[in-house]
Amino acid sequence: MTLKNPEYDFKWCPGCGDFGVRRGIEGALEKYVIEKEQPINNTVVVAGIGCSGNMVHMLEKEQPFGIHGIHGRSLPIAMGIKMANPDLNVLTVAGDGDFLGIGMEHIGPQAMRNLNITAVVMDNGVYGLTKGQSSPTTELGVITSSTPFGKIEGKLNPLRAYLTLGVTFIASTISTKVKDMSALVYDAMNHPGFSIVHIQSPCTEYNNTYEALKGNAAKGISPLAYDIPEGHDPEDIMAAQDLLNADGIPLGLVYRDTSRKTFDQISMDTIGSKEMKSIKSLVNSFSI
Amino acid sequence: MKKQDFVVRFAGEGGQGVVTSAEGLAQAMSQSGYYVQTFSTFPSQIRGGPTWTQTRISTTKAYSSGDDLDVLVAFNESAYNTHKGDVGPDGVIIYNSGEFNIDKSDKSLGMDFDELAKQTGNNRAANFVVMGALARLVFLPIKVLEDFNRDRYNRGRPNDQKIIDSNNMALGLGLNEAENSGFSLGELEDPIKPEGEQILINGNIAVSLGAVAAGLDVFIGYPISPATPILLWMEQNLVGEGKFVYQSSSEIESITSIVGAGYAGKKSMTSTAGPGFSLMGEGIGLAWMAEIPCVVVDVQRGGPSTGLPTKTEQSDLLTALYPGHGDLKIPVIAPGTVEECFYASAIAVNWAERYQGPVVLLSEHALSEKRQNIPKPDMSKNYIENRSIYNGEEGYLRYEGSNGSPMPIPGNGGTYVANGSEHDPMGDTTHLPARHIEMTERRFNKLNLLNDSTYEIDNSKYNIAIVPWGGSKGPAWEAYTQLIAQDVEISWYYTMFIHPMPLEMLKELRSKDLVIVPELNYMGQYASVLRSEGIKAVPITQYTGLPFKVRDLVTNIKALVKGVE
Repeated sequence: MTLKNPEYDFKWCPGCGDFGVRRGIEGALEKYVIEKEQPINNTVVVAGIGCSGNMVHMLEKEQPFGIHGIHGRSLPIAMGIKMANPDLNVLTVAGDGDFLGIGMEHIGPQAMRNLNITAVVMDNGVYGLTKGQSSPTTELGVITSSTPFGKIEGKLNPLRAYLTLGVTFIASTISTKVKDMSALVYDAMNHPGFSIVHIQSPCTEYNNTYEALKGNAAKGISPLAYDIPEGHDPEDIMAAQDLLNADGIPLGLVYRDTSRKTFDQISMDTIGSKEMKSIKSLVNSFSI
Repeated sequence: MKKQDFVVRFAGEGGQGVVTSAEGLAQAMSQSGYYVQTFSTFPSQIRGGPTWTQTRISTTKAYSSGDDLDVLVAFNESAYNTHKGDVGPDGVIIYNSGEFNIDKSDKSLGMDFDELAKQTGNNRAANFVVMGALARLVFLPIKVLEDFNRDRYNRGRPNDQKIIDSNNMALGLGLNEAENSGFSLGELEDPIKPEGEQILINGNIAVSLGAVAAGLDVFIGYPISPATPILLWMEQNLVGEGKFVYQSSSEIESITSIVGAGYAGKKSMTSTAGPGFSLMGEGIGLAWMAEIPCVVVDVQRGGPSTGLPTKTEQSDLLTALYPGHGDLKIPVIAPGTVEECFYASAIAVNWAERYQGPVVLLSEHALSEKRQNIPKPDMSKNYIENRSIYNGEEGYLRYEGSNGSPMPIPGNGGTYVANGSEHDPMGDTTHLPARHIEMTERRFNKLNLLNDSTYEIDNSKYNIAIVPWGGSKGPAWEAYTQLIAQDVEISWYYTMFIHPMPLEMLKELRSKDLVIVPELNYMGQYASVLRSEGIKAVPITQYTGLPFKVRDLVTNIKALVKGVE
């Protein structure tokens, strides 16, 4: 909505990875509208708080519904929306601080439920909007504004965490690969269950990891990120584990399990299949 | 004169049949047209621990659970020691002589509950032994209890008749014991039967039914005493297509997910108690800011922190009004009786829809556990009110106007961003001073839509008023009627609408010389709210974890009235 509304004054910094993520999400939504013949107002984007949370306002194409909620709670808000109306396509957008720091407690329960939504995580390894504090994905020992003597806790491996918690669709990508990202987000939206697209989205201001991720041959820096080899079978959990136990950041579809029912299906089969008594008969059941 | 009121307390160890006996007696007596209410308090543990339930039976409507005991039924020695002080001057103690023995000089009747039960061939008939003895003490026709026994155990199972026979035998054995003791409390008068159909429920069930009557769609809660029974009732009953009910993983999840459901167009509710309510503060603020309907039930217990999980208190009033940071004041409805729990809950759902924001329904332990006969709600009435909805062209300004506006629902037309950050009419984040002024005023202006609150008034001519709130209404009303009968010049004002309050009532209270507020907390929370409205309010506080005794209120009110004269 930035283009339409001069009053909205939030800006991402030049070179921010989130620009690429925006194009990736927009591409996936455009395809979803056409391929699934679903109008854009059947999609809800639930945003967390932070640079990434502003995504919900920054989308420039046809506008989906959105909710810009509170820090760390994009997943439970999304659960309420999805379970209220399972026909909606629900997407969350959040950063590593929002999703993996304050919001970590919500990932496990949604994985247990296999809530049929897509979480787009923008990982820049730092709290950007509050000006450069360490996040769960900041490396051990790194000096940030909140770790003047170096970070004293280890770094979380988010992809491993997702796999362990039972997320049924885990993809990894980088903000510069917009086409790949669009395809992964689109596939995630089609996945029947809880899907996460984890995106390396560097912060040029506080944690510029472009070089580390992509490498620089001239400086002798080999890239951290690499495309998942073609032979990888995402349905094979052992293969996914091997991938995540190796060094580096694999890019592509890491894991997919389509065997589980979704939360709304199970709810429909149980709660939804019962017949609710009329209020009259409920009241009458307490008659003296 | 015959006896018009009969208060029995059953006290013992969890698992000894304390609650079953008290509730069985209430059920039996309500079936024969008496007014009944039970009040329980139990320890925060699964099995055992000291527990007691009080049943009050009266020939006309009673408002409190009763000050003095006519009968204490002590299942063990510790219960006897703890509760004997509450037995009235003419009261009798029935104790389990199989467990312990007490000095005969007491007005006490010892029976070996378990041995007598054994004689019937049914070890579990002890509560019928006790009921038989109770019946004899007030010359109640034993048929009332026999009918109850037959209705209760006629369940279509092979051993039904055996149980019924042994229970009837137990009634006879208890009756004999009481007869031989020679004790009597005087004959209980026949009831002046309530007009219209009655139901027997507690506050938690009444809250649940009220919400469903108003068309509740989604309920998401997390177990916590004393609110858990609402969650369990909903899990069982809020089912079918389009409904969703769920036990979440935390109160933070409960509140944020019902905000999500409210945003998606559903009528949504959660229930909790103090600790959970504290966790919900930020989510309630989001619903206020983003203008999303939802209802939070807070069944108060003793606080702060974990506090007294299974005792009663009215100490969440201020946090209910101001659960979150920043400029907000949440609509709060605090029912004062089991009957009001039903209506308060329905209105809470409707208020949330009407002003498009969060509403807090403030119940309390003493109401949640109070089982009482109440008039059956009029089921021919429509309790359903729906939010105003927008479903039109794109480019809709969701937050335009100074007094609310129709709400688009995802899936329909009028996409917008519901925003917990300060926003402009289309929902985009903004920091302009003019917008913060405009939107802050809009949010408070919307409270004017909640202008249908009502209040009770009696003897308004007097310049000193008693103004209770919540569950203290019952004891306060009994104290008030006693004081009026003694020619004490006080007026009565009561509303369950804590915020927004009925304007007329506020106006009248401002003209009073003194407004006395009985409330179960240390700080005098409602009195401070009234003082902030320019009312000369002083509290009568109590923070024991138990409801007020009428006698104490009478004494304290008299002292305050005297102070003014």
